Amino acid sequence: MTASRVLERLLQTLPVLFGVSLIVFLMITLTPGDPVEIMLADSRATPEQAARLRADLGLDRPLPERFLLFLGNALRGDFGLSFFHRRPVWDVIAERLPATIELTLAAILLAILVSIPLGVAAAVKRDRWLDRALSAASLFGVSLPGFWFGILLILLFAVTWGIFPVGGRTSFDLEVPRLTGFLLIDTLAAGRLDAFGSALRHLALPAITLGLPTAALLARVVRSSMAEVLTSDYVLFAEAKGLSRARVLGRHALKNALIPVVTVAAIETGSLLGGNMIVETVFGWPGLGRLVVESIFARNYPLVQAAVLLYAVTYVTLNFAADLAYTALNPKVRL
Amino acid sequence: MTRAALEDAPLSPLRVALGRFAANRTAVAATAVIVAFVLAALAAPLLSPHDPAEADLFRRLQPPAWAPGGAWAFPLGCDSLGRDILSRLLYGARVSLLVAALVIGIAAVVGTLAGLAAGYLRGWTDTLVSRLVDTLLGFPYLVFAIGLMAMMGPGLHNIVLALVYKEWVFTCRVVRGETLAAREQDYVEAARALGCGSAHIMLREILPNVLSPVLVVATFRMAYVIIMEASLSFLGLGVQPPTPSWGSMVADGRDFLVDAWWVSTLSGLAILSLVLSINLASQGLRDAFDPRLHQA
Repeated sequence: MTASRVLERLLQTLPVLFGVSLIVFLMITLTPGDPVEIMLADSRATPEQAARLRADLGLDRPLPERFLLFLGNALRGDFGLSFFHRRPVWDVIAERLPATIELTLAAILLAILVSIPLGVAAAVKRDRWLDRALSAASLFGVSLPGFWFGILLILLFAVTWGIFPVGGRTSFDLEVPRLTGFLLIDTLAAGRLDAFGSALRHLALPAITLGLPTAALLARVVRSSMAEVLTSDYVLFAEAKGLSRARVLGRHALKNALIPVVTVAAIETGSLLGGNMIVETVFGWPGLGRLVVESIFARNYPLVQAAVLLYAVTYVTLNFAADLAYTALNPKVRL
Repeated sequence: MTRAALEDAPLSPLRVALGRFAANRTAVAATAVIVAFVLAALAAPLLSPHDPAEADLFRRLQPPAWAPGGAWAFPLGCDSLGRDILSRLLYGARVSLLVAALVIGIAAVVGTLAGLAAGYLRGWTDTLVSRLVDTLLGFPYLVFAIGLMAMMGPGLHNIVLALVYKEWVFTCRVVRGETLAAREQDYVEAARALGCGSAHIMLREILPNVLSPVLVVATFRMAYVIIMEASLSFLGLGVQPPTPSWGSMVADGRDFLVDAWWVSTLSGLAILSLVLSINLASQGLRDAFDPRLHQA
């Protein structure tokens, strides 16, 4: 991939990031209601104190200046103080981030592990039944409200059969010292296999809730991409050379068939960011999504604003990465 | 006209598409389910056995009629405040369908006009619209809606606004693309040569030709919007009590899963059936309107 291509995509991404920041800024600014009054709603602040807070927050300055201030602060990771926690917003977010990343990665990993064998099988066997089952599953996947799917899983696997815990990240009696915030890593680092098992069992249902509908979607991408590759000349040639079926599939076909899958997986990871808020709420998962939902009801606006910006920037970055990966992996697109 | 002449007359593309749609049994069955939901929502005051807000703690978490302890007076059982679930589902359908119809209707009009203008006028109009579209696509949908709802506060009016702000983008992208292609067609050239104004060309010449993709996009986006409304209501950001909505009913039942599986399960089932039917119908519509797909 040439540097100019990367640069070109980067130049397309920057205005989007700027626009996204502008919208996030306007979301809070153009909302009716004085933020200072909301912040001080429950305290007995004097008008002078209110005026000082307004000046501290820069609310008395013109709009464009306030946007530049917001942008400059955001670039330095300064999103102000979280009213509720009385700590910098970014610290509060950073504390919750590993839980969300762990859940998202587990979900996308599950989706990939389920979808590739299914999609390949459907393409190779040209099995009409499997094909229809995949189409039906992905239709179900997009029609299933995530919050209800999660609750159904809790009802069956936690309440009725007691296989998995109802919610949370780990059992209270199995807490380990925090190193990275990623429980699966921290428990192993502490050498506590029992705690690792507990963390894994807590992770299962939320990851399935997020990952399974994505798996259905990915499997269809794998199937159609694999089916296309299987009819290509180089695969026919490899077969004509007398290479074994497994070698043709594994070495020649799958490698190329997975190119669009990487792209879709990256984009879907971005979409999971919204689903996180729902799934974390359903399972009481102490991540960023649940923090945002809690902050909305606590009227903790700076935190909501920072989190929405973080989600959007991550989403745009993932799309950018998906595009680069597609270009990097696909020799046909290489300029 | 004689019978023979009728048979010889070429069918309009719309009639061909409708014919294909009618031959698709799954899509027709799905449409029937959607119609049933709409009729049930419209006739909710007539069909509901009880007032959806009428609470009675003596009936708290009463099971559905077929389960032990249930009664046919409350066929689908009662929630944690003793309210009749069937009546609440019927009234909840009104919220889901009303929000979906408003959001999709407004978004289709705004998106179509913006897409026509961007694709036909090009220049700075196109740059402006396309930048806005790219920026809005930079937000995960639910994050965007939650962010707006957090600032605007809950309520029916605000849900519609929060969803429309992003939803129009999807129609706009499709219409812009179709308009860019139509712009180079002979019929548009001819209209321009005849001295027709831009507004006339966009609305009278191009618009009729982009309506079928708009219809297809509108139907499959509608399924998504219903899930969005339910998700916002589930989080407590949607319509506020005592108005029943399916999403908030699922949330209400979550705390009583151990004692009363039916509260969450039945309301979620209502969402799933409606959304699934809309997706199936829209798939049928897409196949019917897109001859390329049809031949494949």
